[in-house]
Amino acid sequence: MANEASIDHKPTALWGGAKQPFGSDYGKLMMWFFLLSDALSFSGFLAAMGMYRFKFEESWPVAENVFTHFPLLHGDWPLLFVALMTFILILSSVTMVMAVDAGHKMNKKGVIIWMALTIVGGFFFLGSQAWEWSHFIHGDKGGVQLENNEVMYLSDSEGEIVTLHELIVGTEKPHGAHAHFTDADLKTAFAANHDVTLRSPGKVHVPMPRAEAERVMEKAHVIQGANLKENEYGNVLFADFFFFVTGFHGFHVFSGVLINIIIFINVIAGTYEKRGHYEMIEKVGLYWHFVDLVWVFVFTFFYLV
Amino acid sequence: MAAEDSHEDGHHHHEETFISKYVFSLDHKMISKQFLVTGMIMGIIGVSMSLLFRLQLAWPEKEWPIFEALLGKWGVDGVMSPEMYLALVTIHGTIMVFFVLTAGLSGTFSNLLIPLQIGARDMASGFINMLSYWFFFASSVVMIMSLFVESGPASAGWTIYPPLSALPQAMPGSGMGMTLWLVSMSLFIVSSLLGALNYIVTVLNLRTKGMSMTRLPLTIWAFFVTAILGVLSFPVLFSAALLLIFDRSFGTSFYLSDIMVSGELLSNAGGSPILFQHLFWFLGHPEVYIILLPALGITSEVISTNARKPIFGYRAMVGSILAIAFLSFIVWGHHMFITGMNPFLGSVFTFTTLLIAIPSAVKAFNYITTLWKGNLRLTPAMLFSIGLVSTFITGGLTGLILGDSALDINVHDTYFVVAHFHIVMGLSAIFGMFAGVYHWFPKMYGRRMFKGLGYAHFWLTFVCAYGVFFPMHFMGMAGLPRRYYTNTSFPMFDDLADINVLISVFAIVGGIAQLIFLFNFFYSAVRGQKSTRNPWRSNTMEWTTPVEHIHGNWPGEIPEVHRWAYDYSKPGADDDFISQIEPLKEGEVETGH
Repeated sequence: MANEASIDHKPTALWGGAKQPFGSDYGKLMMWFFLLSDALSFSGFLAAMGMYRFKFEESWPVAENVFTHFPLLHGDWPLLFVALMTFILILSSVTMVMAVDAGHKMNKKGVIIWMALTIVGGFFFLGSQAWEWSHFIHGDKGGVQLENNEVMYLSDSEGEIVTLHELIVGTEKPHGAHAHFTDADLKTAFAANHDVTLRSPGKVHVPMPRAEAERVMEKAHVIQGANLKENEYGNVLFADFFFFVTGFHGFHVFSGVLINIIIFINVIAGTYEKRGHYEMIEKVGLYWHFVDLVWVFVFTFFYLV
Repeated sequence: MAAEDSHEDGHHHHEETFISKYVFSLDHKMISKQFLVTGMIMGIIGVSMSLLFRLQLAWPEKEWPIFEALLGKWGVDGVMSPEMYLALVTIHGTIMVFFVLTAGLSGTFSNLLIPLQIGARDMASGFINMLSYWFFFASSVVMIMSLFVESGPASAGWTIYPPLSALPQAMPGSGMGMTLWLVSMSLFIVSSLLGALNYIVTVLNLRTKGMSMTRLPLTIWAFFVTAILGVLSFPVLFSAALLLIFDRSFGTSFYLSDIMVSGELLSNAGGSPILFQHLFWFLGHPEVYIILLPALGITSEVISTNARKPIFGYRAMVGSILAIAFLSFIVWGHHMFITGMNPFLGSVFTFTTLLIAIPSAVKAFNYITTLWKGNLRLTPAMLFSIGLVSTFITGGLTGLILGDSALDINVHDTYFVVAHFHIVMGLSAIFGMFAGVYHWFPKMYGRRMFKGLGYAHFWLTFVCAYGVFFPMHFMGMAGLPRRYYTNTSFPMFDDLADINVLISVFAIVGGIAQLIFLFNFFYSAVRGQKSTRNPWRSNTMEWTTPVEHIHGNWPGEIPEVHRWAYDYSKPGADDDFISQIEPLKEGEVETGH
């Protein structure tokens, strides 16, 4: 029965023609077309993000001011952690290539080792993402939300960012501390420090004259941390897209890791050894490379540009 | 040898049970029937809804007991509530566009014809094919379920523009009904993706020996390109829907900004509903061709077979399918001319839109030239195909008006638009679908449909269809907006009341005429005259398989293909058709490519 043949056996058995197109069988082709489709989903999100980014240049936060932390290190390390995540993910693509290569050589042990490393890389990336999300959600510098919902940074007259902690406590924020401040704290400290003012979060920003800052400060609120409805770093759509795009991508990585684990177990069980080829590794490899490639785009458009 | 193969593959794996044969079937022929019957049921629901709101539009003052019987609290005392009117319009559009003309049409005929016409034992993956149907089924069930929730089904129009769709408190249908709509569409997108992937790789990878791409019947070309369109456009709808779900449920502001609901300012800021329109129509426009192309493919096959002539301009036909597919991705802005789009951008979209007229005209002229001096056999399938050519031209001409950003301003969102798209994609696609059913019914059920009933069905449908949609052009020109619950409150439209009555009468007669088809379909499936192997004396490969369905389609080895699919009335041939599997005679020159 043919339809079973299409599942159980090597599908080329179905091919009665003279020359198979692209020299690849249907499963791999199907994966390619699926990835094409998925690429358009991501394009939809990134295009939408691009639209708002340029619409709100003034309030769209600069990623270097947002993602500045690195585990166990003090001070500002702009984008260093994201770069590390990216590096790990790309490295896991390399190990995937090695697994595919080992599969071509029917080297079961090689496939096991390289697949295991790929899975570890995937977990590492997911863990890093969780760490980054948690930092983003807790917040860092603290923002000031004006009456019209606009979010501003505290800054000196040069436009250099002053954190809430620096303004109110007077010292740099200790690592990992999450002090919560009230509106009253902010207003008292702001009144006492005459060289502090406000600035917008965007790439192009001019510090507000102190007098105007004092006026808007009357009806302002402290805003710490970020979620889907408010964002201390600036425009709330930045946070919306951060969670959405990295979340959607993270979901892809997560499913990729799950699929890799299933295939890994199959490899150990000798399924592909019996089948006579390791093509399945190639298929999940395609997916894994795609997920990496998408991250390169996310990294470029969300963090770098 | 191949016979041994099929024996080895088959019966010794497992006995076929009722469930594996009729329910969770992996066989493309059965899945095709499942798609067809589900699509027909959805079609009955969709058409019945349109009859209900036609009653309301024609006789707004009158009380209809049927409203109370069917609509319950939305039809108290036989008066349809405005909310229900909007819900009916929305669900009618959704069901007809997605469930009948996308899944019903592509699902049925791609599944039936791709393996049979390219010479494959089955789809590349029978399992994914089965999943595709069951996701579609689940999606249909959820859509029907949404009709029964307390706050009513989605009512924001089939295009579900925010903020109506994004704010659950915006209108009754924006609550649970809208949520179910989105759930249903998500399932639908999964189904469409799985199906399309299968169609693409089957066409690319499983063609029989000798079946080069340039020998493919035009049906297969159409299904193939349609599947590619689906793979590229549905994910963008998915993106749009996902962002919408976040706006609805998690308080994001992707599409929302500065909105007052019952005097209270919502906290959403920054988003833009126009973004949704861009994302939606990036799917929405290719979707039009996802609906239309399979119908055009079917028509090519039916017209050539029944004119006993090779299709005119095979390569031009393939080229125009590809050109239409490409252009369909760069014209979405013509749905948004009056959203405040930059006039320069509008003129770009006008240009790309009007470009589509060229490949469309190529197709229309090629149909006509294929018919020209043909030895016409006016079977019901042929009549519906010619009907398609007629509606394709009529609707296409109004497309030139709507595609022009300056002219569009006057008729935007009026009944002119309703007339245009119902004729050019609604009627054309449904005529193509009917043509396909009449033509391939012998292949699906091994029996023939009754010809006389087919003629009655065609003429009633054809006359009523024009009767319904032609007058709408005039109403649109007069400025009557679409989607209004009633037109009685505007004295300027009082003169149009009679036209509304006329349209509704045609709609009701046309709707009832479909009962002829339903009877013919189900009765013939059981009692129809037994069909021969090749009842239409056609060239394509599906007619070389036995009448009784078997797994793997051909009992022995799959035949080799030696020629294109359109060797009708070839000079020097013994018969007026030559099957694709017939080897070239000595000295015979291959035609076609």
